[in-house]
Amino acid sequence: MEDAPQRRRNLARQIWQSVFPRPIVARSDRERASLTRFTFLLHLRPVLLPARTLRWSHTFGLGGSSLVLVAVMAATGILTMLVYQPVPGVAFDSIVALQGQVAFGALVRAVHYWSANLLVVVVLLHLARVFLTGGYHGPRQFNWVIGSVLLLCVLANNFTGYLLPWDQLSYWAVTISTGMLEYVPWVGPLLQRVVRGGTEIGPETLINFYTVHTTIVPVLLIALMGFHFWRVRRAGGVVVPPARPADDDEGEKLHFLPHLLLREVAQTLVIVAIVVVLAAAFGAPLGDRANPGMSPNPAKAPWYFVGFQELLIHFHPLFAVVVIPMLAALGFVLLPYLTSDDEPSGAWFLSPTGRRTAGVAAVVALAVTPLLVVADEALGSGAAGWFTGGALPLAAIVAAVIGFAALVKARFGTTTNETVQAVVVLMAVAFAVLTLIGVWFRGEGMALTWPWNV
Amino acid sequence: MTEDRERQSRREAVDPRSDRRRVLRWLWGVLGLAALSELVWVGTSFLRPRRRATDDAGALFVAGPIHDFEPGSVTAFPAGKFYLVRLDDGGFLALDRTCTHLGCTVPWRADKGRFACPCHASTFDITGDVLGPPAPRPLDRYLVRIENDVVKVDLGRRVRRTGFNPSQVVRS
Repeated sequence: MEDAPQRRRNLARQIWQSVFPRPIVARSDRERASLTRFTFLLHLRPVLLPARTLRWSHTFGLGGSSLVLVAVMAATGILTMLVYQPVPGVAFDSIVALQGQVAFGALVRAVHYWSANLLVVVVLLHLARVFLTGGYHGPRQFNWVIGSVLLLCVLANNFTGYLLPWDQLSYWAVTISTGMLEYVPWVGPLLQRVVRGGTEIGPETLINFYTVHTTIVPVLLIALMGFHFWRVRRAGGVVVPPARPADDDEGEKLHFLPHLLLREVAQTLVIVAIVVVLAAAFGAPLGDRANPGMSPNPAKAPWYFVGFQELLIHFHPLFAVVVIPMLAALGFVLLPYLTSDDEPSGAWFLSPTGRRTAGVAAVVALAVTPLLVVADEALGSGAAGWFTGGALPLAAIVAAVIGFAALVKARFGTTTNETVQAVVVLMAVAFAVLTLIGVWFRGEGMALTWPWNV
Repeated sequence: MTEDRERQSRREAVDPRSDRRRVLRWLWGVLGLAALSELVWVGTSFLRPRRRATDDAGALFVAGPIHDFEPGSVTAFPAGKFYLVRLDDGGFLALDRTCTHLGCTVPWRADKGRFACPCHASTFDITGDVLGPPAPRPLDRYLVRIENDVVKVDLGRRVRRTGFNPSQVVRS
């Protein structure tokens, strides 16, 4: 090239080559490798990766799907911002206008809504995948912590987005959720006033939530996502599963181009298709305009918080709002540091024993949680003070969980990692059951009932 | 000779134990902390909730003449966000309509003779005292004044209480 600067090239070709200086169609592995390395977007991806990690059932592409959903949410969110007005009297009308007068407005809002809900599901599944394939041991320990903060960001943005339509559902869900802050010791009332921008939900609350939803959390989320992905690369990609007996690949490595890229593009298209179909078929709900004088009956939190709401019915608020979530979050973040690294990771459920004990834990949680809920409902112990309604039952539950862990260890001879896995599965399934009870089995006045009466 | 001295002085310059270095580093730390606390101070001051102009205005709410309210009745005042209760013995009590559990608006169920929160099923009797959990304390009350047989409620101050006692009731 250098020796022929005078060679006449037409302008279009010159511009094209300035953007894509290398052959865009790679013909050999070497060209593929250099294309991956030197193209800005592609260089974010590894050049070579172990063939076994490409197995779809190893990761289900959940991390990448989360990224796709975040991108979809950013696109639809920005469009919505062009129409939405964060002022109490006007907010609801602007949503109605978005859906009624703006071309494709209803679809854009529905896509935003469905990708938000799907994102919570996908992120939780991703978390479960990482946990159950042991992808959180060193050197990925700290990435688990970053992931936890990302989960928090996703939940925070779902929650703040919930208030914006200013309908009955959002107004009361946010009233209840911010009402919980009052029970935080010492700083609770102040915290509540800062979040609400006053003593009651009003214009200040809406602008607070709007700013957090559209600026603060997205910036944090995008920055942390970059950090998260970079740590994945630093750790040498996703955790490598052990070879199957049928495999004779001997740790073969494949090129990103085309093996991973094709899979990623396919997964992206599938996710976008799912979201658009859901949005087109079901739309996004919009209730009546918010009425501070009338709480709907029952008033339920968004589905991903219903498990916490169920705790509120059974525990003293100090425990339901502060103690239990804090303990759970702490244990959750510290998980990688509570287990040992020296066992092989990468296999689903660690081992056959791990699979069996995880199954036992799930069955126990499925059976015991509804019994506890019904028993507590019959006893009506939620009435009691912080000791009999909080500390005592919590201590009993913790003792029972420890007893369960000891029992599993004695009966199945589990390793530390397998025991921790069983305990986490127990608690996760119990929380899932609480969520299902809250969604399907709580009717008027939050009394227990059958799903067809809800 | 000079080379040696140069090396010597350079070593001193980078020696973290030298006094001058230690003082400067300490100074950096103090200044950094000062800057950080200023930042936190400015940030928290900025975020502190503002006072609403309407907070003080219209604190005294005129509910109406005494004979408008039957004994044993509960009247809702949506504009004032409170209930005016007239007990069976003719005494008045003004109750905030906000559930003390998590802030839902508590409707009066005349058929059952109690307040029932739709959110988490807390119930309160006609005096606002807790009948059923999970509400941790009775409904807040406002001070009631009766002047010239007209009931007035002071909405400027919401009073928390741990239970109902007859001194809270105002009689004409």
